[in-house]
Amino acid sequence: MTNYVIVGTGVAGIGAAEAIRSVDAHGTITFISEDLHGYYSRPGLAYYLTGEVDEKLLFPLKPGDLKKLNAHFSHGNVVRIYPQKHQVELSDGKHVYYERLLLAIGSNAIPLKVPGANLHGVAKLDNLEDTRRLVSLTKNARTAVVLGGGITALELAEGLASRKLKVHLVIRTAHCWSSVLDKIEAQIIEHKLNHDGITIHPNSELTSIQGKHGKVAGISLASGEQIDCEILAYGIGVQPRLQLPKEAGMACERGILVDEHQATSLPDIFAAGDVVQVHDPLSGRSIIESLWSPAREQGWVAGLNMAGQRAVYSLSVPLNVTRLAGLTTTIIGAVGSRDESEPLTIAHGDSETWRDIPDAIIAQSGFDVNHLRLVVGKNTIVGAIVIGDQKLSSPLQVMIRNRVDISEIRDQLIAPEAPIADIVANLWSKLHASQN
Amino acid sequence: MFKNLFKRESNRREVLAAGFVVPDSARCVQCGICSFNCPINIDVRNFAWQGRPIENSQCINCGECVTRCPRGVLRFERTSLFAEA
Repeated sequence: MTNYVIVGTGVAGIGAAEAIRSVDAHGTITFISEDLHGYYSRPGLAYYLTGEVDEKLLFPLKPGDLKKLNAHFSHGNVVRIYPQKHQVELSDGKHVYYERLLLAIGSNAIPLKVPGANLHGVAKLDNLEDTRRLVSLTKNARTAVVLGGGITALELAEGLASRKLKVHLVIRTAHCWSSVLDKIEAQIIEHKLNHDGITIHPNSELTSIQGKHGKVAGISLASGEQIDCEILAYGIGVQPRLQLPKEAGMACERGILVDEHQATSLPDIFAAGDVVQVHDPLSGRSIIESLWSPAREQGWVAGLNMAGQRAVYSLSVPLNVTRLAGLTTTIIGAVGSRDESEPLTIAHGDSETWRDIPDAIIAQSGFDVNHLRLVVGKNTIVGAIVIGDQKLSSPLQVMIRNRVDISEIRDQLIAPEAPIADIVANLWSKLHASQN
Repeated sequence: MFKNLFKRESNRREVLAAGFVVPDSARCVQCGICSFNCPINIDVRNFAWQGRPIENSQCINCGECVTRCPRGVLRFERTSLFAEA
């Protein structure tokens, strides 16, 4: 009977436990996590902040599901790994023996390092405790400043605005989420944020947080501008939790290095999720995916291998879905950085040019703003951003993933003012019809 | 123009009546908003986790979960969906 220990109760750990149980009914599975709350939807915290979902709904597993998993959950902080002895040590000095170990310890929010960062009222959105604290802070606050330009910062800004706070969003760059969105897209999002009462301060640097009686009272920007506020919330990125694996002598770069079986450089130790750096031998890419669904998939592959199967994880076309200023946004494939190997053309379309999409595709629609950007390669679409109406999102996922040949519509797509959504929809209908 | 609009609405209703709500699990983050908003308390999220269509005979295809999902996980689908498109 194999003794499995999983450190971390995020989706990668749960995926691993499900995989183990799918092939091994008898082994013991022990979860160790320093998060008091066990497994919950961390991405869902943003919607708990907006008030769209109750806290108890963030927990996907029901008692029946837990019983099926037949795992033991224990609260604890793993401080050391002894690979030779096959043991982990907890902060209370207790040692736990393993035959197969999974590190699914995720990442942490990058800490804020400005004067005043320790004041009461400085908040983040990293875990359930953070979010509870933030929700509680909103009860006695009127103004919040949010620092950061990425998804988490935007979620913080929207969540706080939906709790009727006056929100200022301080962004270092000229536009929000500038690594992914282009200027037009960022303007769409920022216009909507303004409409929701969020004031954006682009090209701005936070220099200090002022306090009064130990609580946040305001902030200063490098420009000299000062904003009075009771909350300073920040989302300035995440970093994999590498201290534990590094001290154990595990090979790490930006994340823990794993092979295609999710095995680390140390025997019988596997890793999955946000803490892992995955290498793709085909493309030569080596990345930290930092996404929920790949974390689950990596966990699943790790779990199967821990249980003695031979499963392989391979990187697929990146897919990131989020909601920006109330608009569902799907990012597929290469959109932010350019692939040098082939010339790419960008095609844009907005609500005015895609009214005739067949209504037989029924997905999310009815947004007041719709926008589509396609990154068109020589014969294929290599990337897409779908903002608002999601009818084309799923077809584009398939077309990009399967490298569907679009040479017959390429010229139409890249023509000025082209109705690109309709062109894609028509091709999709044709492809689909030919398969039936 | 009105004829066209009428035809569209009729197409739409036909799909709604004959379709299932289908999840794209790769998009789902198990936030629970779908289950929270289902008027008849179907645990839509659990179907999404398993990647199965919401084949619950109680489902009235109201579309609440499709609309509310912040990540566009859910859509309506039926067989030969594009045949009449």
